[in-house]
Amino acid sequence: MAEPDQEEAQRAAIEVDRSKGDFKYEENYAFDAGVGLTPATVDYIAKVKGEEEWIREFRQKALKIFESLPMPTHWATTDLDNIKFDDIRYYLAKGQKPVRTWEEVPDDVKQTFERLGIPESERKFLAGVEAQFDSEAVYSRMKDELEKLGVIFCGPTEGLRDHPEIFRKYFGKVIPAGDNKFAALNSAVFSGGSFIYVPKGVKVAQPLQAYFRINAENFGQFERTLIIADEGAEVTYMEGCTAPKFETATLHSAVVELVALKGAKIQYVTVQNWSANVFNLVTKRGMAEEDAEVRWIDCNIGSRLTMKYPGVVLKGRKARGEVISIALANDGQHQDTGAKMIHAADETTSNIVAKSISVGQGRSTYRGVVHIPKRLKGCKNNTECDALLINTNSRTDTYPAITVRGDRNYVQHEASVSKVNEEMIFYMQQRGLTEGQAMSLAVNGFINDLARQFPMEYSVELKRLIDLEMEGSVG
Amino acid sequence: MSSALSPTPTSRVGSFTAEAFQAHLASLPPGLPSWWLERKRAAYERFASLPLPVRTDEAWRFSNIAGLGLDGFSASPARQKAPTVSMGIRKSARLTFANGTLVSREILDPKLEARGVIIDSLRNALVRHGDLVREHLLAQPSRLGSAKFAALHEAFLADGAFIHVPKGVEVEEPVGIFSYALGDGAAVFPHTLVVAGENARVGVVEYFGSGSDEETQFAVGANDLYAGHGAQVTYAGKQDWSHRALSLQLNSTVVRRDARVQSLHLHLGGRQTRHESLSQLQAPGAFSEMLSLSVAHGEQEFDLRTLQVHQAPDTKSDLLYKNALLDRARTIFSGLIIVDPDAQRTDAYQSNRNLMLSDDAEANSLPGLEIQANDVRCTHGATTSRIDPEQEFYLQSRGIAKQQADELLTFGFFEEVLNRLASDELHAALRNLIQTKFKH
Repeated sequence: MAEPDQEEAQRAAIEVDRSKGDFKYEENYAFDAGVGLTPATVDYIAKVKGEEEWIREFRQKALKIFESLPMPTHWATTDLDNIKFDDIRYYLAKGQKPVRTWEEVPDDVKQTFERLGIPESERKFLAGVEAQFDSEAVYSRMKDELEKLGVIFCGPTEGLRDHPEIFRKYFGKVIPAGDNKFAALNSAVFSGGSFIYVPKGVKVAQPLQAYFRINAENFGQFERTLIIADEGAEVTYMEGCTAPKFETATLHSAVVELVALKGAKIQYVTVQNWSANVFNLVTKRGMAEEDAEVRWIDCNIGSRLTMKYPGVVLKGRKARGEVISIALANDGQHQDTGAKMIHAADETTSNIVAKSISVGQGRSTYRGVVHIPKRLKGCKNNTECDALLINTNSRTDTYPAITVRGDRNYVQHEASVSKVNEEMIFYMQQRGLTEGQAMSLAVNGFINDLARQFPMEYSVELKRLIDLEMEGSVG
Repeated sequence: MSSALSPTPTSRVGSFTAEAFQAHLASLPPGLPSWWLERKRAAYERFASLPLPVRTDEAWRFSNIAGLGLDGFSASPARQKAPTVSMGIRKSARLTFANGTLVSREILDPKLEARGVIIDSLRNALVRHGDLVREHLLAQPSRLGSAKFAALHEAFLADGAFIHVPKGVEVEEPVGIFSYALGDGAAVFPHTLVVAGENARVGVVEYFGSGSDEETQFAVGANDLYAGHGAQVTYAGKQDWSHRALSLQLNSTVVRRDARVQSLHLHLGGRQTRHESLSQLQAPGAFSEMLSLSVAHGEQEFDLRTLQVHQAPDTKSDLLYKNALLDRARTIFSGLIIVDPDAQRTDAYQSNRNLMLSDDAEANSLPGLEIQANDVRCTHGATTSRIDPEQEFYLQSRGIAKQQADELLTFGFFEEVLNRLASDELHAALRNLIQTKFKH
């Protein structure tokens, strides 16, 4: 065990972080769709947002699909049955329009983001910030030079209203409403999120960034993101998620669609740290045309249950897809994550590297699909899943599904499960580290090669979150 | 994908109606223990009440559900004379069944009976060794999705093989069991139960075959292996049913303290074959080695489901399933390793290798893990690829024709599994069977 002083100091350092997302402000919403989900709720959202008729119809159709689809508990955890759809608020907003400068943001909202540290990071790195507070974006800003290049960075309402010629073509096409029950739910009640268009040949050097936050109890957040990188364009998008703790469970169900046209590159980075009562059920899929690349970097640390399998449809010749996934499941958490690679053209390649850490009673699950269904040639997939179990009761599962047709493709999958090497811990303790520090170091070493792929400030944050989660996990 | 020969499943029982079950009961000899008849009746009820698998059943993911029709079969096919197939290996005893009836029982090693080894039909064993049979007969859970078919097997099981090797006895040569399905429409329910007592040693070689490759047949077999403390059991099953047969084989293995079981399943025949294999490692030191080889050609489907359950600490399992796919064949490998919460220091391995020899074949792989203990070494791997072009090039550069080189490399692919067999004789016999299938 750690020395009392050291422990105290560690805890002090940690508690500042721990409280970061653990606060909330008074709720006084101008628009509130009430609890429960009916066609009237959907109409209310469409009306408040002033949407065109086709969007309203899209939402209503999706609602019917949502109602008709069963819960996927024949393969997924029955914890899903604990979501009370009738108790959830599907839309909340203060009636704000997205504003362009930090000064115009209302003070209480500003305080929230101040505590989340957005302005600093913006000053340092970010090309644009889109922060979502409950349903609507309240603050949106991009550097002038990006705007001059024709980069569009807005919310779905603005995107579909102001640039239908760009966004409508792909909206709901990579992930149709009927894809799964939660994609249907999102399609019915979506609000907020990011719509991004990067024109031909434009390479956005700095990452675009968004923060999502759930503030009201019993609120479901349904952001919708669509990123289109035109031919030869390149963009990196980063999202972070937090929520304060409430007594009852909260639902987050996003849909993220990426479209990488010929030769384009999209990298999408997520660090998910929802509080431990959030159901995080997210559908993410990218489409890669010829020579294009879609890369998901996905890190899940928070939430009660996360079900998320970022996918890439490799539609054009020589398209590339990659998923880098880190999951950490502590007591009461189930990280059910993975990846899907659908090879639909010759010479497409995909790579999946997933590492998970289960602490205490935590459960981490890898679920994957690699599909090479047609008679393609020269397709390659490599999948590696490694799981680390910290405590005797920790749990991990691996459920990949691989389909290959034809003799001109190459697929390999490997998975391993292990615990932290005792000799390594002993060695570090002998050099004066406490058991907890040694464990943190070992776990950070386990994911180090993946963490390095995250943008720097995220990888630092990730390391800190892991230190925090590992504290008290031994002994 | 699905053959036109199979009728779509219309009812839950198909040809296996209540009348057919009554007729089956009436055909049984008198004197069978009443607990067994009661279990059969309960099994029939279970079979009739359980639904057929549907597409959304996880345990049947990727399977050809439409090929599971239960119509058009005769539940009690007529007696027929059995053909003779030689496996080319020495045996200590030989049992032959045709359409569920024992046609011959040869005890070739005279010392066996003196040492208390029982090699008999299940019918005789039910009467003579009721308690022993009752303890082990179909006593293991159905955990891989075929509860309905397991119930069908139990309800219509007419006869099978029972092998018991008492404490400390070692049987030198393997016991051979031959099961035939004969005639169009025959439904058969082959059964083999092997019980090895403490520190006993026994090998079993089983062969499944049909009268011809044109006969439409249905086989629902079960083979259960029980290895008591320190026992050593080896099992090799060769499935060579008619190419129009629907076959389900449900295998369960129980491994007790310091016992070792090695099982190898060779899949050659059948239109659609589902093979479920459950290994339960119940006490420290238990080791189960699970091997399988499939050569899938034409429109064959091999659907192989495995489960390695580590129920005690310090247990080991090692699985290697290899499939070679030709023509428009399909294979499914779905494997799961479960490590129970207290099974620390488990060492489990699972590997599936698919060799694609055709541009129309399809291989599906579902290698799974469910681990609830942290001090374990569990790994799995799955690969699907064609013959390594570098190896092919190497052989060609030495003057070997491409076709011959591919054949050599394919046989080499299987050798890794066959090399695990301790018996050279068996190794050679299996290699011959595989090569025969390749050559036609």
